Amino acid sequence: MYNKGTIIPGLVIFIVFVTFPLWYNGLNAGPVPKPDLPVGEKECVAPAGEMRDNHMKLLNEWRDAVLRDNDRANVKVGGKEYRKGLQMACMQCHTDKEKFCDSCHTYAAVSPTCWDCHLTPAEAASKKETH
Amino acid sequence: MIEKVLKGKSTYWMWLAVLGTCIAIGAACYVRQYMFGLGLTGMSRDVSWGLYISQFTFLVGVAAGGLMLVLPYYVHDYKAFGRITILGEFLAISALIMCLMFIMADLGQPLRGLNVVFFPTPGSMLFWDMCVLWGYLILNCLCGWVILTAERKQVHPPKWIYIFVYISIPFAVSIHTVTAMLYCGLPGRHFWLSAIIAPRFLASAFAAGPSLIVLACLVLRKFANFDAGKEAIQKLTTIIMYAVIINTFFFLLEFFVGYYSGMPGHIHSLEYLFFGLEHDGHVYNNLVPFMWTATAFSFTGLGILAYMKIAKVFDYRLVGVASALIFLSLWADKGLGFVFGGFVPNPLNEVTEYIPTANELGITLGIWATGFFILTLLYKIAVGVEHEIEA
Amino acid sequence: MDNTRRKFLKIAGAAALAGMSAPAIVKLTSHTAFASEDAGHATPAHGEAGAHGEPVSTGVRLGMVIDMRVFAVQPMLLDQAIAACNKVHNIPHFTDRKNEIKWIWKAPYANVFPEQETLHKSEMAKTKPFAVLCNHCDNPSCVRVCPTKATFVQPENGIVGMDFHRCIGCRFCMAACPYGARSFNWQDPRPFITNYNPDFPTRMRGVVEKCNFCGERLALGLEPACVEACKGTGAMVFGDLNDPASEIRGVLDKEFTIQRNPAAGTRPSVYYIV
Repeated sequence: MYNKGTIIPGLVIFIVFVTFPLWYNGLNAGPVPKPDLPVGEKECVAPAGEMRDNHMKLLNEWRDAVLRDNDRANVKVGGKEYRKGLQMACMQCHTDKEKFCDSCHTYAAVSPTCWDCHLTPAEAASKKETH
Repeated sequence: MIEKVLKGKSTYWMWLAVLGTCIAIGAACYVRQYMFGLGLTGMSRDVSWGLYISQFTFLVGVAAGGLMLVLPYYVHDYKAFGRITILGEFLAISALIMCLMFIMADLGQPLRGLNVVFFPTPGSMLFWDMCVLWGYLILNCLCGWVILTAERKQVHPPKWIYIFVYISIPFAVSIHTVTAMLYCGLPGRHFWLSAIIAPRFLASAFAAGPSLIVLACLVLRKFANFDAGKEAIQKLTTIIMYAVIINTFFFLLEFFVGYYSGMPGHIHSLEYLFFGLEHDGHVYNNLVPFMWTATAFSFTGLGILAYMKIAKVFDYRLVGVASALIFLSLWADKGLGFVFGGFVPNPLNEVTEYIPTANELGITLGIWATGFFILTLLYKIAVGVEHEIEA
Repeated sequence: MDNTRRKFLKIAGAAALAGMSAPAIVKLTSHTAFASEDAGHATPAHGEAGAHGEPVSTGVRLGMVIDMRVFAVQPMLLDQAIAACNKVHNIPHFTDRKNEIKWIWKAPYANVFPEQETLHKSEMAKTKPFAVLCNHCDNPSCVRVCPTKATFVQPENGIVGMDFHRCIGCRFCMAACPYGARSFNWQDPRPFITNYNPDFPTRMRGVVEKCNFCGERLALGLEPACVEACKGTGAMVFGDLNDPASEIRGVLDKEFTIQRNPAAGTRPSVYYIV
C-alpha cells in the first residue's frame, strides 16, 4: 500500500468525524418524545403504528386526491366524518400542533413545510374575526 | 491538468481575488433573498421576470456563440481556429453554469427545482430548455476535456469524441432556439410573439459569443503570453460583422411589422424601448437611454470593423474596442430590452416599470463573477497546456 | 488490475446516471402523466360558421357570466364580491402595486378589453369598473407552459387548478397568461392577512396563485364566494357551460356576451354582458 502514513490517520480522522454525533451524545438517543394525544378520541384514520410510519404519505395522497383528482370524499373515523386535509381532519382532534406534531419532528430533526401554508389551530385562532 | 490553476503570476491571483470578492458579495445577497423571498428584487406582478431571466437569456447566446469556432474548425477544417476552439468550448461551459445559476436565483422555491425532473412535462418549453442546457454543458465538458488532454499528450484525439463534437453543433443551435421558444410561444405578449425571435437570438448569439472570445484573446495575449494569431482574430471579426448585420436586419423587420401594420400591440413595446410609452399622461421611458446607447455602440463597433476591412489595417486596440462595443450593445438588446420590454404594457394595458434593486444587482454581479472565475481557471488550464507543448 | 477498476468505474457511472434519470423516464412512459391534460377535452366541433374545427371540451365545464348591467346600478356589489373572495381565500392585502395578490378585482373597460377598445364608448364602459378574474380557459396557455404540472385543468369540471405544493415559482405561467390573472408571492403573505379563514390554507412565499373557482366550496355544495355575495341579483351566473339546460346556458342563449381577448385562442370560460 502506498502512502500508508497519510491514508490510515486520514481514515481515522474521517471515521471520528462521521461518528461525532454518536459519541458526542454519549451513544444515547435521548428521551423518546411523548406527543400529547387527543383526549377522549380513541380512533384515528388508521392504527397508531401505521399512522406513525406513514402519516406523511397519507397526507400526500390526500393532497393529490383533493387538489388534482377532485376526490374530496370525506373520511370516516369512529362514526364522525371529516373533510380530507391537515386542517380539516387531523387538526380537528390533534388540536395542538406544538405538543403533537412538533414533539416528534423536533426530536427527529425534520422540518416539514406543511405549516408554511396550513394554519395551525393556534395560528388560526390568532387572527380570528372579531365582529 | 487541473494543477495548472495553482500556479500563476500576481496579476492572475489579484484578478481571482477581485472575482472572489464579487462572488462573496453575491452569495451574501443571495442568502438575504433566500431568507426573505424574491420580494427583495425589483420584479413585480406586472414585470414578473427581471434581470435574472434576462441575463440567462443573453448568456445562453454567449454559450451558443462558441459554435462559430467549433463549426469552422471541425466541419470545414479551418486550421486557424485550432488554437482557440478550446476557448469557445470553455466559454460555453462557464456561460452555461451562469445560466443555470441565474435560473436557480430566479426560482421562488429553489428547493423544489427538481420537480421539473420528478414531474416531467414535455409540453413545457422550460422542461426542454433544461434538457438542452444540461446536454450542451455535458457535451462541452466532455469534448473540451478529452481534446485538451489529447493535445497535451500530443496525440490525435480519440475518434469517438468527434461523434460528440458533431452532436454539439445542433445542440448549440437548439439551446438558443428553445430559449427563444420560452418567449415566442406565449399568446398574450405581442413583443415576443414573433417567429423571428429564434433566428434573431441566434444572430445576436453568433456575434456576442465571438466578440467575447476576441476580447479574451486580447487579454490572454497581453497577460498570458498566448497569441491566438492575427488570421483567427480577423476571421472572427468577419463573423461578428455578419452576425451583427443580420441581427440588426431582423430587429428592423420588427420595427417595420409594428409601425407599418399599425397594430398597437406590435408597437407598444418598441415604443417603450426606444421612444417612451405614454400612458395616462405619464411617459414611461427608463430603458430608452440603454437602447439608444446600444444602437450607437452597435453601429460604432460595426463601423470600426468595416473600416479595418476596407482600409486593410489591423490594430489590436481597435479590434478590442469594436468587440467590447458590440458585446455591450448586444447585452443591452437581449440582456435588458428584450425581456423587460416584453412586459410593457401588461395584458391589461397597464404600465409598470422595472428597476432592479441593489440586492438583485449584487446577486447578478456574483453570478457573473462566478462565471468569469470558472472561465479564468479553464483558460488558465488551456493556456498552460499550450505553453507546455511549446516548451 | 487497472483494467478492471476502470471497467468497474464505467459500470458504476452508467448505473448512477441511469438511476438518476429513471424517475423521469418512468413518469414519461406511464399514461397517468398525461391524464390531467387530455381527459375529456378533445372532440372537434362542427357547425358554427366562424370556427375552423376547433376542439371543444365535453363533460362538465364550469363557467361564469358577469352581467355588468347589474354591477353598474349596484356599485357596492362588486366590492362585496371581491371582499368575500379575499376573506374566504386568506388573500393578503398589500398596499403597493408590486406585491399585489389578486384573485378577483376591478379594472376599467379599457384595461379589461384592450382589444375591443373604441373611441366612443357607452357611459357604462367609460365609467364603471369591471370584474376581472381567471378565465379558467379551455385551452390555457399557463397550463401549457408549466414545467411541473403545478397548474392543470381538472378533467371533472374544467377548472384550471393550482397545486401550491408543487409550484417552483418560475413564473412562466405569469408570462403566458394573456389576462394577467396570476399573482406571485414575492414575500411571506401571512403578515398581510387580516383575518384567517381556518378552512383554507394561506400561501407561502415563492409560489404563484390565482382564482380557483372556489373548488373547495363547490365540493361542499356551495357556490363560489363571489357568486354567493351577488346572490339574487343575477350579476354573476355560475354553472356548466356544456349543459344546455343549465341556468348559465339560458343566459348565454338569450344575451349577447363578449369575452376577453378571444384572439389568444385560449377559449375562456368567463363571459361578460356589457
